[in-house]
Amino acid sequence: MATHEVTFPVTDPAEILKLRAGDEVTVQGHIIGIRDRTQIRIFDQGIEPPMDLSGAFLLHTAPNVRKLGPGKYEKLCIGTTTSARMVRFTEPLGSQYGVRAICGKGGFPDEAIEPMQRLGMVYFAIVGGAAALETTQIEEIEEVAWEELMPECLWKFRVKDFGPLTVGIDAHGGSLYRDVQSRAFERLEEIYARL
Amino acid sequence: MSVVATDLDAAVADAAAHLYVWALKDIPQDLRDALADAAGRETSIPGQRVLQTILRNVTVAEDEKNLVCQDTGIAVYYCKVGEHFPLHPARIYAALKEGTERATVEHPLRSNTVHTLTRENTGPNVGYRVPIVHWDFIPDWDGLDVKCVPKGSGSENMSFLKMCVPADGVTGIKKFVLESIVGAGGKPCPPGIVGVGIGGSADYAMHLAKEAIARPVGTRNEDPLVAQLEGELKDLLNETGVGPMGLGGDVTVLSVHVEHADTHMTLNPVAVNYQCWAARRASAHIAADGSIEYERDA
Repeated sequence: MATHEVTFPVTDPAEILKLRAGDEVTVQGHIIGIRDRTQIRIFDQGIEPPMDLSGAFLLHTAPNVRKLGPGKYEKLCIGTTTSARMVRFTEPLGSQYGVRAICGKGGFPDEAIEPMQRLGMVYFAIVGGAAALETTQIEEIEEVAWEELMPECLWKFRVKDFGPLTVGIDAHGGSLYRDVQSRAFERLEEIYARL
Repeated sequence: MSVVATDLDAAVADAAAHLYVWALKDIPQDLRDALADAAGRETSIPGQRVLQTILRNVTVAEDEKNLVCQDTGIAVYYCKVGEHFPLHPARIYAALKEGTERATVEHPLRSNTVHTLTRENTGPNVGYRVPIVHWDFIPDWDGLDVKCVPKGSGSENMSFLKMCVPADGVTGIKKFVLESIVGAGGKPCPPGIVGVGIGGSADYAMHLAKEAIARPVGTRNEDPLVAQLEGELKDLLNETGVGPMGLGGDVTVLSVHVEHADTHMTLNPVAVNYQCWAARRASAHIAADGSIEYERDA
């Protein structure tokens, strides 16, 4: 299991292809916060996002913030939500907008593996609930769009040493979640036999 | 910490406002110990990475006076009301609501409460039937105990109910708990507390499961048969290898807590309610004169 540092947005697909399920990754640069209602607006209501998502790192989040002025927010506590609810947006995020990484907690079900492999995307696992630490790694909220969806807006954060993240699903068809789940269900069969 | 208030409504509202924020920032000692113990025995690399990050996060929350987790949850209170406590539960409820609202606005905390059909945010973490308050009434007593358990959605979404039949027996109960937690994988932020409610009725079993997660980590049910089931389920779940955040490892759960009620001869309900590793809770004891004693670890 290797360790990597990756700066987003990425322009070179090789940056994504070098990552393997289980690897540790620290992220620099800019990441974009997105959530259920944000993606429902983009894909179900067909409204173009007012931010460039190509090569982007998307974070499943709805932050605690304090409003400072028009379009300007101070971070209070920023953490990460469960990804599985939003798995159906994976394919169009990659094929229509060129998103390269999706980060959340709890993993994506197996239906994300094929589009991520085909489109050269990865899923990063963050530690759910570790928001106090995550907040210190976000330097600034640089941009906010769709404020009426508060707190499920589109957020642009500048980050420093964001992580440690674990590659949950890589761009080569590897998924830690699939492997762990299939082993766990095999073990359950052994356990059931003993009950 | 002691605060003397002359107005009981205000005392209960103050307690609620304090407990909500306190629970979100300062997790109890039993939980800290359980997490440190987990880190001591986890052998998988991703699992160890997760647990070390969790421990670091708890320290950062303390240093930065920040929330442990951004999900301020849905506010849940457990009230034990003494028969002679001078404030009626209807007033206690109004005060808990006011305190929740005040904490949300003053801190400020993220507001999570929405109308369940329109999904519109209702405002400061209160709404129709929110906060959620559970009641117990205690004879021959004039005090009030309030425990605040802000419940995050990641873990609450991993709630499961099965109406097993009597012929499924205890084996059916165990299988359902095991398959529920393995199926939940990393979604509810493991390693946490698995609450299991058995018996009663469908709704009451889930109520008991929820009550079980609000107990201090690792406490055992008074009934030795139930306590034995708790220990057995914990060991079996930790054999599954789901591990911290579902990334694989030795520690899938910190504890399993089971609460039971007698049931109908043809019922065998099993409810599972998960509590994430950030198992937040904080308590206050309010005396009839309005004085408040806060207790983090109750």
